[in-house]
Amino acid sequence: MTIALVFDIGLAVLVVTVASWTIAARDTFAAVIGFVAFGLLLALVWVRLAAPDVALTEAAIGSGVTGGLLLGASTRLRHTEKLPAGEKPGRTLRLAAAVLCALVSAGLAAIVLLLPEPAPTLAPQAAANIAATGLGNPVTAVLMAYRAIDTLLETVVLLLALLGIWSLAPDRVWGGSPGLRHHADPDGVLTFAAQLLVPVGMLVGIHIFWVGSDAPGGEFQGATILAAMWILATMAGLVDAPPVSRRWLRLLLVAGPAVFLAIGLAGYAMAGAFLAYPAPYAKLLILTIEIPVTLSIATTLALLVAGPPERAPQQ
Amino acid sequence: MSAATLYGLCSAVLVGLGLFGLIVHPQPLRKILAFNLIGGGVFLLFGVVARRGAAAGFGGDPVPQALVITGIVVAFSATALAVALLLRLFQETEQATLRLDE
Repeated sequence: MTIALVFDIGLAVLVVTVASWTIAARDTFAAVIGFVAFGLLLALVWVRLAAPDVALTEAAIGSGVTGGLLLGASTRLRHTEKLPAGEKPGRTLRLAAAVLCALVSAGLAAIVLLLPEPAPTLAPQAAANIAATGLGNPVTAVLMAYRAIDTLLETVVLLLALLGIWSLAPDRVWGGSPGLRHHADPDGVLTFAAQLLVPVGMLVGIHIFWVGSDAPGGEFQGATILAAMWILATMAGLVDAPPVSRRWLRLLLVAGPAVFLAIGLAGYAMAGAFLAYPAPYAKLLILTIEIPVTLSIATTLALLVAGPPERAPQQ
Repeated sequence: MSAATLYGLCSAVLVGLGLFGLIVHPQPLRKILAFNLIGGGVFLLFGVVARRGAAAGFGGDPVPQALVITGIVVAFSATALAVALLLRLFQETEQATLRLDE
């Protein structure tokens, strides 16, 4: 047994244990903390599966931003935790659910063990055409060239989710700012941390975005770090969330999908198909899409965490 | 057993655990959490398929890897929408329950 295998077995056991804890914990807050740890461990698993791009995404979005969102919600819902009698499922239901879930797991495990050999793969095709995109990172090539339509639709899905959240605002606060104004002690540790971390974090976010064309990274990971820095700055009271009716904010939100769609449509004229890039300009066009898309995703992610408007707009 | 198979079995357990939490937890926030656990398991299964497809000098098939990145972001936006709906329900009714009576 090699060291690597021992590590893999230990990691797999740890992931399953932490996941069980998030299901079994009585306190929701504790369960969410477990979920954040689970996400970070899962990021390690992604590294072991030779997928550093996914590891970055999992750590940033799956663990970090989702964890922050759920932590906020669990504090707000704290006093609804205690369940009235009769709402807990009975022993029979729990047993039936356990049997059903064990069957689902066993079925999936059987599929994993019976996967075809050799495994089907698109890697050779991805490698054969990567030179035409001018990119060095195959995952970015899939996201921005081979399957660019998925990424375009994804940016639209993010916007739709934000519209859904905004439309939950009561009429009287429509167009106002999301969340409550945060006040932190100006001499406190949080303010100091925010002042110190935000500039560095923004640089890291831009770096992760920029190297994404050739190395692990990319617009989603970079945008998430930028969004997290904005969330940190609002939590420390350094900046306030802008009212959602601001025109610059809305322009920032739609800039990414709009540029993406415009270049996609221009593909008909330039290369004869939707989202086709003429080979000599492929990298230039991809970068032209990626910059506004990164800004739009960062803004959308930050506002998804901030939630619906809660303060009436100031006249 | 290869690392890919090991993590494949791990992903199968995660989906089962998440499904169990989704069924037995009455609190909606716990259901959202369990839903994300199922998501983690499904994405991991994708990662195992990608790892098995390692070829042409890549450590894994980049197509499923890119799909997982898309999936993680979409799962987050769905979670954010679900949490916003839940908080709105709490704002309106002062409780967070999925019971239909009353």
